[in-house]
Amino acid sequence: MKLRPVAITGIGIASSHGQGRAVHAALLGGAAPVLDEARFAPYPVHPLPALPFDEAIPHREMRQMENWQRLGVFAAGLAIDDAGQRENVAGMDLIVAAGGGERDWKLDEQILAAQPNEVGRHRMLLDGLRPTLFLAQLSNLMAGSISIIHNVAGSSRTFLGEEISGAEALRVACARIASATSELCLVGGAFISERPEVLLLFSMGDVLHQGPWLPLPARRGMVFGSAGVFMTLEPAATAKSPVAILRHVATDQGRPETRPARLAALLAATPGRQPGCMVISTASGAEAATRDELAALGAMPDLFSADLLGHLVEPAFPAGVALAAIAIAEGRAKQVLVTGTGQWRGEAVALLEAPA
Amino acid sequence: MSPRIAITGIGMVTTLGFGAEANWAAMVAGRSGIRPIRRFDTTGMRASIAGCVDLPGDEPGRPLSASARVEKLGEAAIGEAVAQAGLAPPFDGPLCIGMPPVEVEWPQRGGFGASSYPDLIAAAAGQQALYEQFLLGGAATRIAERFGTRGVPQMVTTACASGASAIQLALEAIRRGETGMAIAAGSEASLQPETLIRFGLLQALSTRNDDPEGASRPFTLSRDGFVMADGAGALILEDEAHARARGATILGYVLGAGEAADTFHRTRSTPDGSAIIRCMQRALDDAGLAPSEIGYVNAHGTSTPENDKMEALAVRALFGAAPPPVGSTKSMIGHTLSAAGAIEAAICLLALRHQMLPPTINQADLDPDLGVDTIPLARPHAFRAALSNSFGFGGQNVAVIIGAA
Repeated sequence: MKLRPVAITGIGIASSHGQGRAVHAALLGGAAPVLDEARFAPYPVHPLPALPFDEAIPHREMRQMENWQRLGVFAAGLAIDDAGQRENVAGMDLIVAAGGGERDWKLDEQILAAQPNEVGRHRMLLDGLRPTLFLAQLSNLMAGSISIIHNVAGSSRTFLGEEISGAEALRVACARIASATSELCLVGGAFISERPEVLLLFSMGDVLHQGPWLPLPARRGMVFGSAGVFMTLEPAATAKSPVAILRHVATDQGRPETRPARLAALLAATPGRQPGCMVISTASGAEAATRDELAALGAMPDLFSADLLGHLVEPAFPAGVALAAIAIAEGRAKQVLVTGTGQWRGEAVALLEAPA
Repeated sequence: MSPRIAITGIGMVTTLGFGAEANWAAMVAGRSGIRPIRRFDTTGMRASIAGCVDLPGDEPGRPLSASARVEKLGEAAIGEAVAQAGLAPPFDGPLCIGMPPVEVEWPQRGGFGASSYPDLIAAAAGQQALYEQFLLGGAATRIAERFGTRGVPQMVTTACASGASAIQLALEAIRRGETGMAIAAGSEASLQPETLIRFGLLQALSTRNDDPEGASRPFTLSRDGFVMADGAGALILEDEAHARARGATILGYVLGAGEAADTFHRTRSTPDGSAIIRCMQRALDDAGLAPSEIGYVNAHGTSTPENDKMEALAVRALFGAAPPPVGSTKSMIGHTLSAAGAIEAAICLLALRHQMLPPTINQADLDPDLGVDTIPLARPHAFRAALSNSFGFGGQNVAVIIGAA
């Protein structure tokens, strides 16, 4: 099959630093993280800042969502606008990498404190859960909300599976454009750090950094960030204003014992790395996976995206690719390699280049 | 020219039993698998019935988690499909699987005696087995590793269309030439107290608790909601040339798939049905078929007032005054949510192979306004292609067309 070159034509990004390409371009030379080290101590987080959701999302829709969906819808809108594709949303395809939405943690804590029996627990849930929360929490309802609010009406898929779901979403979006089964695809996701139920899950895995924030190479654990990241992909040949060419995306997954071999193979199969190629690692900070990724790279990357944004789980890899595209658009690099290794499973690489 | 996509194996687990042919026999007999929920206490809940697949690990008051059940059901259905295809692990292709999002559940959350999240987070530190159980990618990864599939397991959630989305992803990967074959599956086990309560709060469920077998009654005047159900379905999809080269028996084909996101509402279709009409039309276009070539529609047919009305309207709009028979096998197995698209595609294949239509049971008070033949009893039928609809919350609409061998 003859494959078409694929361009990134729009970037929507909102993080602890604020919204938009310019804000994030200013971070590429290195920047201090925005942190909240107190609220979930001993776990530092990169918090969600005040963002103008109410300007981008109608009031009645705001009430149907919580912040995770709002952040994704907001970032998707930024990407659509950045690409100048508002007129073409009816035929726009969509792939979202999602986690779960927010739990009602106050209700959870009431139940934990009461320690009721099974019947009592069900009664507290029956009385306490808001009917609308279910839809605010369903993983695929970020995609659903994007369709409703931005009228995106092509195909719609939501991938699950922590970090690798974000890389796989990008790979499939790129492959669909390259193979001419999609002409315009919106891809990305969102993650919010300030969620006790998320800290609970990853605490179980002993993969969280505790104590004051440290840069990624100096710590052994993850520090979560809050960001929404979406990009539009189009065939490079017909893209009016390409930000960067997404030359290559590849993913793999298997047992952790054989991760070094898969990372080496992914890097070896990445085409045409030029001397001076910038390297952005989306490593999580989780010890074993990060160690394997750095060993495979052989040299320290130019940037750890988690040091700027915090670790973003599902959108971590898309965020690294978005930063790479911004670096190219800003003239900081002609070529950028992006790597990622899931804290539990999954490996990914992408290569971006300046448009011709 | 895209390759034709052959089906060389199917597998199925539902409340009617383990195995595709066992399910087929029960469906043709018009048996309902809906019964009172026994694995947890339903006091105070609006719905207390479901299509339960209880497993040996279920203990009173401490049932398997959704994550553990979804893994076991998925593994059973995929194992059956892989064996029928004459294959064994490692499987030389990707796993595409529709699955529900999972999370830590109350028996686990409450099991540490902690009274606040900070205490709970500290108390649960290092519980590696729970962490791996409740990672969103955990169950799909364990299934992928069990069957030795290639690359990243594509775990897709499009709510009640997830199983059909998985078929689409597998179809596209084969058409792109990324693989000669793929596993397309769906597995569902969301039936746990909190999810049942949440669907109940949305008023989406049938409350016909005193008549479990009559509760799922799609297309009738007295339909009052869907019935949650456990289940899993799997299909082995192959490039036809790949299947022929290895001497596999071709059971049928996935002729095409279509999809259209609805921008109208989170739980309701555009009132003119245009999104679901577009979805079915795209599937027909993808298959290169005219509406008249479809001999059976396996409806989404959830038994909710809204779905069945909109779906019948859309079918009549697309197929004209004399649409093909439109049945809902959810009348017997309940709504298996993330698995429904895969299970019902497999049912279409069984119907084509047997040249027999499975019934929609509980049709005593058929809604006359809907204007479709809902197949109240199983009957022989000569046909070459079937269309399976799957519509999910969030405006997710997917249609898949299955063809005879």
